[in-house]
Amino acid sequence: MQYMLMAFVQEAGWMQMTPAEQQRGMAAYMAFTEALTKAGALKASGRLQPSSTATTVRIADGKSQVLDGPYVDAKEQLGGYFFIDVPDLDAAIAWAARCPAASHGIVEVRPLWLPPDQ
Amino acid sequence: MTCETATTLAQDAAEAVARRSYGKLVALLATQTRDVEAAEDALAEAFSSALAHWPSGGCPSNPEAWLLAAARRKVIDAVRRRRSAERSTPDLQLLVEELDSAQALTTAIPDHRLALMFACAHPAIEVGIRAALMLQVVLGFDAKRIASAFLASPGTMGQRLTRAKNKIRQARIPFRIPDRHELSGRLDAVLDAIYAAFAEGWADSGGSDVVRRDLADEALFLGRLVTELIPEAAEAFGLLALMLSVEARRAARRGESGEYVRSPSKSRRAGTRA
Repeated sequence: MQYMLMAFVQEAGWMQMTPAEQQRGMAAYMAFTEALTKAGALKASGRLQPSSTATTVRIADGKSQVLDGPYVDAKEQLGGYFFIDVPDLDAAIAWAARCPAASHGIVEVRPLWLPPDQ
Repeated sequence: MTCETATTLAQDAAEAVARRSYGKLVALLATQTRDVEAAEDALAEAFSSALAHWPSGGCPSNPEAWLLAAARRKVIDAVRRRRSAERSTPDLQLLVEELDSAQALTTAIPDHRLALMFACAHPAIEVGIRAALMLQVVLGFDAKRIASAFLASPGTMGQRLTRAKNKIRQARIPFRIPDRHELSGRLDAVLDAIYAAFAEGWADSGGSDVVRRDLADEALFLGRLVTELIPEAAEAFGLLALMLSVEARRAARRGESGEYVRSPSKSRRAGTRA
C-alpha cells in the first residue's frame, strides 16, 4: 500500500536556525531517508523550496490565470514529501512518527488510490 | 409442523446465530477482504437467504457455518460482478482460494472480533464515531438503531459510519491486535468506546427506552468479550467490574413512581445481579 508522508513545517524556523543547527537538521532528514531506503519502503522523496517560490495556475473563462504565491497561505507549508510503500496504515504512521518533521512540524499521512479491487 | 411454526423456528434460529456470531462472521470476512461494508452486505444477504431456506429445508446442524459459506459466496459473487467488465486477474483466484481454505475451519470459526474492534477504535478513526462503529460492525446494530441511541439523525449517523468504514478500507487500517509495546494505548481506545456505549445506555434514567437499555447490555457483552480475548488486560477487567457494579444499581435509581432516588437511601434490595 502506497502512502504519501507530507511534511508541513514553519518555513521561518529554518531561516532562524544557526548553520550548525541547519546541518544537524539536514543530517536528521538524511538519516530518516536512509532508514526508509534500507527498509525497502522508499519510492521517492523530495524537499520543496520555500512557498515564496510557488506559483499557482488555474483556468478561468478558458484563460490560464497565473498567480504568485502558494495556494494556501498558512504558517505551516508543505516542505517536503516521502512517497512510501508499506503494508498498512500502522506501518505508515510508525514511519511518520520517525520523520524529523513530526518533531518540529506536522506530518500528514495520505494513502494513494488503490488500483481497482486490490 | 405448520408452515408458520417452521418460519418462527427459522427466525428464532437466525436471530440466535445473529446474536452470537454476527461479529465473528463479519470479522472473519472483513479480515479476508479488508472491506467491512462488503462483509456486512454479504452477511445480510446470507441471513435473508437463511430466512428463505431454513423454514422449508430445515435449520442446518451448524447454522454459523451455513451462514459463513453463504456469505462467502456472496462476497465472491460481488467481486466477480464488479470485475465482469474488467480483465480477470489472479487476485480473484487468490481470494477464492483464501476463502475456501477458511471453509475447512467451519467447525471452529476463528475469532477475529478483537482485531476488528481495534480497527474500529484505531486512532485514525474519529473519536466520536468509534463506539457507534463498534456496535454496528461487531454487534450488527443498524444505523437507525444506533442513531436513536446516540440521539443523532439516522441519515447523519449512516454517513458517519460509512465514512469510517471507507477510511478503514481506503487507508488500509489493519485488522490486527497491536504489538505488546503499543497495546496499552490502543486498548484504552477500545475500552473508551465500550464505556461510551455503556454510558449512552445508562443515560436513559427513566429506564423506559428499550434501545438504550439494550445498549448497556451490549457494552457489557463487548467488555466481557475483551476480558475473554485478552485475559491479561487488567484495565479491561476494571472496566467490566465498573460497568457491572453500576448496572447492578440500575433498578434502584428510580422509586416506584419513577422519582429520582438519592444515593444513600437507595434500596439495596432493588439491586440486581448482572
